[in-house]
Amino acid sequence: MSPSLKSEARWILVLRSSAVCSALLLLLILAFLCKESWPVLREKGLSAFIYPGAWSPREGEYSLLAMLMGTLSVTAGALLIATPLGLLTALCCNYYMPPRLASYLKRMLEILSGIPSVVYGFWGLTEIVPLVNRIHPPGASLLTGSIVLAIMVLPTLALMADASIVSVPTQAVKGAAALGLDTWGVFRSAVWPAARPGLMGAVLLATGRALGETMAVIMICGNIVQVPTSIFDPVRTLTANIALEMAYAMNFHRSALFVSGLLLAFCIAIIVSLASLVRPRHA
Amino acid sequence: MLRRTSSLQESLLRSSSWAAAAFVFGIFILIIGSMLWHGAGLLSWEFLTSEPLQSGRRGGIAPILVSTILILLVCMVTAVPLGLGTALLLSEYSSSKPSFGNFVRWCLDLLAGIPSIVFGLFGNAFFCKVLGLGFSILSGGLTLACMVLPILIRALEEGLRAIPQDYRRAAASLGLPRHATLWSILLPAAVPALMVGLILGLGRAIAETAALIFTSGYVDRMPESLMDSGRSLSVHIYDLSMNVSGGDKSAYASSLVLVALLFIINISASMLADRHLKSRLDLL
Amino acid sequence: MRTRLLTPFTLLLFLILPHLSLAVESSPLSGKLVITGSSTVAPLVLEVGKRFEKAHPGVRVDVQTGGSSRGVADVRQNLADIGMVSRALNPDEQELKAFPIALDGISIILHKNNPLVSLSEEQIVGIYRGQIKNWKDVGGKDGPITVVNKAEGRSTLELFEKYFKIKNSEIKSQVIIGDNEQGIKTIAGNPGSIGYVSIGTAEFAAGNGVPIKLLPLQGISATVEEVKAGKYPLSRPLNLVTKDNSKALARSFLDFAQSAGVEDLVKEQYFVTFSKK
Repeated sequence: MSPSLKSEARWILVLRSSAVCSALLLLLILAFLCKESWPVLREKGLSAFIYPGAWSPREGEYSLLAMLMGTLSVTAGALLIATPLGLLTALCCNYYMPPRLASYLKRMLEILSGIPSVVYGFWGLTEIVPLVNRIHPPGASLLTGSIVLAIMVLPTLALMADASIVSVPTQAVKGAAALGLDTWGVFRSAVWPAARPGLMGAVLLATGRALGETMAVIMICGNIVQVPTSIFDPVRTLTANIALEMAYAMNFHRSALFVSGLLLAFCIAIIVSLASLVRPRHA
Repeated sequence: MLRRTSSLQESLLRSSSWAAAAFVFGIFILIIGSMLWHGAGLLSWEFLTSEPLQSGRRGGIAPILVSTILILLVCMVTAVPLGLGTALLLSEYSSSKPSFGNFVRWCLDLLAGIPSIVFGLFGNAFFCKVLGLGFSILSGGLTLACMVLPILIRALEEGLRAIPQDYRRAAASLGLPRHATLWSILLPAAVPALMVGLILGLGRAIAETAALIFTSGYVDRMPESLMDSGRSLSVHIYDLSMNVSGGDKSAYASSLVLVALLFIINISASMLADRHLKSRLDLL
Repeated sequence: MRTRLLTPFTLLLFLILPHLSLAVESSPLSGKLVITGSSTVAPLVLEVGKRFEKAHPGVRVDVQTGGSSRGVADVRQNLADIGMVSRALNPDEQELKAFPIALDGISIILHKNNPLVSLSEEQIVGIYRGQIKNWKDVGGKDGPITVVNKAEGRSTLELFEKYFKIKNSEIKSQVIIGDNEQGIKTIAGNPGSIGYVSIGTAEFAAGNGVPIKLLPLQGISATVEEVKAGKYPLSRPLNLVTKDNSKALARSFLDFAQSAGVEDLVKEQYFVTFSKK
């Protein structure tokens, strides 16, 4: 082997081991979740958790179905609000705003993305909840949760979307513009195809963040274990379930809370797999 | 400049994207405004340089500020090399083995969705107990590193992919080995992406509460080493707003400090990136 | 080969050494005391710990939170010297010793604009069971009642259940909350709501302009004074627990935390001072 090939091989080894480490991390966390939830899973079986029923772990009832619905509906609501807003903001930054203004806006987004979720939750509880309460009590509801979560994931979404629009090669954009297309046309014909994987990635990341959000959701969603029938119904998410009850949970109850985590990971796995099917392969 | 034709879609797109940007701006004003309204009165040099008293209702946040910065440092020192390596592999070397790359990507996407409280419990079990680091700044930083890794890698990979293929071809035609191409051409070109990733990652890390309560802990004493337990700003804010009656004002003031800290980090990161770009342009 | 092996070993030693020093006990008091558990008790014990450190310069008191159950579990597994538990010990926890350091009462609270000044216990039970859904049925203004309940397992909920002889599964609530402050903010933001929180916290909030009011129970007004006098019917002890209190350091900390020297700290946290009988 020539020295350069050898160092190339070594280099690849370093890169590959860092990638393996990153992947291993997930497996470690999953293994941890499985280990902690094993006692109650062995005793009650998986079916006790996913069939409809009540959640009152101290009386031996462990159904997580309602909370799963809660998690999914809050996340869906948040994405429904945040995705168009985020993409449009990114678009505005790139094509309509004067560059100076755009850079200010981006700085603002960066700051917003770093505000602790506690602060968003706090703000939601004292400002948004009373507002929604006036329309329809109790105020802490699916709608409130979706709004505040949307505001939370919006900065990350907009910044990632912006990064992937910026990264579209300028030749393509200029070429399309030279054909006499307007911004809409340029976006559709040149930017969208090139930026799509990145945009999908941004939405996916926002989904993950929304699904996994804990501290804000506890304060604004009402935390009632029920399948929501209207957007004004309070709901409890799987993460809120863990955070609310972990502090006082013992034995099977504690173990059952880890099953909530495992179930959440499972949902995310499904969503991620679906997304990677839909997402076009990187060229 | 793009030529403008006044099609319906065009004006719709234009007005709605301006509306979206205005909305974001409004939210920013609302949130920062309410933080300023409630917290600005408490901010002073003393607040930054003194120890907390009465569980944080009085006094300052000096030890908490130091702990926060140490935790962020540990987090970045661990996450950046690991993230960089993974992103390089994914974007530059995974074409020969796409299944491995896709598997890693799948893992990372999944990792990004794991709730922070699970990271906290995991960090507590793994770093604090199995590795014996105890409640410490080190445990907290490492747990955060696990959390920000997917964000960092995602941003870096996008950045690396955006580099035109011509760069790689030109380097190859000059007979440069691939790792040299990476080191001297692709990495420098990906610096802006690294900055985006870094800023997003830091934002996530600085905002994190649930993962830190169980790992870096609750102690609000000035840390003496990385093995000491230290309370982060976000944990402090959480405790003040949810657990300590009469702590709201201090909570808002601490949030303002956190935002200012983030602002300083962002500004210096982008200044570094600008200088870096300029020095490269000078070379050309 | 040998030297290569040595490095990780020395590293390991460095990791382990600080932990070993914990086990070594010497008088006068020195070493590290690890205290974990209830987030309600933690701010108080943190301050007590600081005062203890001042009196004994060789001692470090590390306070960590994570809930009452964590306090019990950590003490059982020897991960902590002392646990913080915001309730009386359960029957299956009797191998631990409890040392109450303060009392805390629980009060029913309403929004300030609610004209009601008292509710009977039957009315409260009716509201929490979901049988009474409108304020006008208990003599108030017309409007739906928003019932605010605590999350399962919280010691305030357990106390509430026991006192009103009602099971959590029977309670029909519209909002479930975690910590006291969240309860107060939720009620302050919703004029038609009813909830229950720690008296000290509520008294402080009401005194500082938060629009809530505390309802009396059995005709006894919900104040820190009444809890202290032992008259208010709904109260709980805040405990420190240990497996064995034979270690000099832990014992002297427990004595200190129960002494009159920390009463001002207890008051600062709006809890009720507990005098040893």
